[in-house]
Amino acid sequence: MTLMPASQPLLSRVADAVYWMARYIERAENVARFIGVNQNLMLDLPGGFSDQWQPIVDTTGDRAAFLDHYRTGTKDNVVHFLAFDAENPNSIRSCVLAARENARSVRETISSEMWEQINSLYLLLAAESLKLVPEQLPQFCHQVRMACHLFQGITEVTLSHGEAWNFIRLGSMLERADKTTRILDVKYFILLPSVADVGTPYDDIQWAAVLKSVSGFEMYRKRHGRIAPERIVEFLLLDADFPRAVRHCVGLADQSLHAITGTRPGTYSCAAERRAGLLRSELDYAQADAIIKAGLHEFFDALEAKMNIIDECIRGDFFAQPALTPAAAG
Amino acid sequence: MQFSSYDTQAFYDEMFESDGRPRPHARLLLETVESLSDGQLLRYKQAAERMLLQMGITFNVYGDTAGTERIFPFDLIPRIVPSGEWDRIERGLKQRVHALNAFIDDIYHEQKILKDRVIPSDVILSAVSYRKQCQGLDPPWRVWCHVTGTDLVRDRDGQYYVLEDNLRVPSGVSYVLENREVLKHIFPAVFEGLSVRPVQEYPSRLLEMLESIAPRPHHDPRVVLLTPGIHNSAYFEHSYLAQQMGVQLVEGRDLTVDGRGVFMRTTKGLERVDVIYRRIDDDFLDPQAFREDSMLGVSGLMAAYQAGRVALANAPGNGVADDKVVYAYVPDMIRYYEDADPILPNVPTYLCWKDSDRSYVLEHLEQLVVKSANESGGYGMLVGPHSTREQREEFAVKIEANPRNYIAQPTLGLSRVPTIVGDHFEGRHVDLRPYVLCGKEIYVAPGGLTRVAMKKGSLVVNSSQGGGSKDTWVLDPPAQGGQQQ
Repeated sequence: MTLMPASQPLLSRVADAVYWMARYIERAENVARFIGVNQNLMLDLPGGFSDQWQPIVDTTGDRAAFLDHYRTGTKDNVVHFLAFDAENPNSIRSCVLAARENARSVRETISSEMWEQINSLYLLLAAESLKLVPEQLPQFCHQVRMACHLFQGITEVTLSHGEAWNFIRLGSMLERADKTTRILDVKYFILLPSVADVGTPYDDIQWAAVLKSVSGFEMYRKRHGRIAPERIVEFLLLDADFPRAVRHCVGLADQSLHAITGTRPGTYSCAAERRAGLLRSELDYAQADAIIKAGLHEFFDALEAKMNIIDECIRGDFFAQPALTPAAAG
Repeated sequence: MQFSSYDTQAFYDEMFESDGRPRPHARLLLETVESLSDGQLLRYKQAAERMLLQMGITFNVYGDTAGTERIFPFDLIPRIVPSGEWDRIERGLKQRVHALNAFIDDIYHEQKILKDRVIPSDVILSAVSYRKQCQGLDPPWRVWCHVTGTDLVRDRDGQYYVLEDNLRVPSGVSYVLENREVLKHIFPAVFEGLSVRPVQEYPSRLLEMLESIAPRPHHDPRVVLLTPGIHNSAYFEHSYLAQQMGVQLVEGRDLTVDGRGVFMRTTKGLERVDVIYRRIDDDFLDPQAFREDSMLGVSGLMAAYQAGRVALANAPGNGVADDKVVYAYVPDMIRYYEDADPILPNVPTYLCWKDSDRSYVLEHLEQLVVKSANESGGYGMLVGPHSTREQREEFAVKIEANPRNYIAQPTLGLSRVPTIVGDHFEGRHVDLRPYVLCGKEIYVAPGGLTRVAMKKGSLVVNSSQGGGSKDTWVLDPPAQGGQQQ
């Protein structure tokens, strides 16, 4: 009897690299989207509101780093910082460089098509970032976003959905959930106090911009129709089907973890699985009204902390070099 | 672009006879190129460069920190080797690699060739690449050179000579495969009407050979490719070959050794490794056995290899036959082990440790190429006719100080191939590096890498010194009678 050869085990170093490659691509796409949506929003708002660039720096969590290097949150400063600044590890350029370095170190694992796509995104950035800010900002943001989506699509159709693919999905989903959480956290508190604006066209425009920031405007309309802050919270946090909803992302991350370990769903074999499972079930059974009542900001903080723990557990469970004694003489 | 003003000068040209008529095997290719509309070839050239950049087919330059990646220049005009010529090369290479394996095996066992005084013992035992740790080892099939990248050159007379054997960790084969892909993609018309032997069989052959040397009787041996990492100049090739073979690309830090064998660190724990195609020099392979300061290698790997728990390709210690002084004796080895005359001759070589040779060399530095015995990549070399007085004096001092380490050869007028330079063709010097796989049998991949010295008049083809490459075509023999398909 001949045995089917088991699928190739994944090197810990390779798992680490593909996970981060995916996170960085997702991050670059998010930052490009934030810039693009904000630019679009600023053009719609009356004069007094039209210089609100600082908040997107808060969204990416880099406020302190920004203030260290720039005096004011002008459009050019913020756009340069988020798009091209080599010293900002979360700028689009830094993300793309990091994604490519990771991809380069695992070129034999990913498909050639994936490598070529990440490489062409890198070449785009290398050419554009010679300037201080992108010449055609909307086009630039669009190009970056589409290049990232294309990479994800190529990954879907060219890489076998085995262990490496699952680490890629795990990385993208955790990154995406983190970004949706952050944008909601920042925007909700900027927008909510303006009670005077409720019902004005600007209120609608601003909330619509939040949805657009996560590519969720059209899907939200289909699901809930009228713009209402609490429904938006429900949609972006708890929707099961919207691809950027936190619950949806955590659900897929949890699925990928189980696919990697081979553990039955609903059970766990390592710390990462336990933590992801806890968060998944919390979101599966949560209610938006109760969350808002208990304090949305506290909920976001806790959510981010939980996702950070999952990331740390993944590192410990899969990427850290195992001890020198072989588990089994193979 | 036309060839009408093309001048072969006094060199052997791979495409044209000395009177300017196209060689028969090149005629169709030249017609196709000349039939292109104005500027088309240059547009193809740009498209090919874009494609190489997009595919990230780049190499790293040591000591260049900013923008460390460059494309290896690729010239669209292929180099053609007619089938008759190729047959002779193939037979010559098989003969040579067979003899080299027999020699290395002999050196690490009974040393008959030394006892019979065919080669002086002190030449061998003083070679820095002789590894006493390998004494008595029996690699499968008694093969020590699993992958060889022999450098061939043609002189003005059109005769092929072996310039170097490159037995240790020869590189470049990925460019053979990629050049063909790029040319097929960019300029498919150039293949029309010709029967060019495909090259893409190489990765399968390589994998087959590697699996065949696995030490454990095993239905599914685990082969890995060991790279020094992404900063190595040949990293693209390492990842490309691993990808094409479907094996894991590992770095030293991914491997660990215990009494049972070699293991790699995976997300599911440690997994046994059977065969390592290592692209790291002996020196850096194992800090316990060789250089202690190696950060790239795997501690304990040599011990596992000596105990027969893992196979290594190429076999450590095979560099003893790659020393440029030892090279001079390869024709003697062929006569000794194969009982036949060499099919491919060596370039005449002066050995500076011999008093008579040394004084000749020192008197004729201006005409000779001097090489140090153990360097590669075009480093540690003096090209006499292109050298300055100071460079010659510097080499004279080095030779006197360490004669064992230097050889000299006449400066060959390497053959040339038309190459796109600006908006026209000029002849550029080339060499040819075919790749030979040796397991139970010997396989020579058709063609090999044609490296081109892109600088006018230059004879140095190494990529680190501004060399480029061309696709290399081995033509199938014309069909016997009947019509060609």
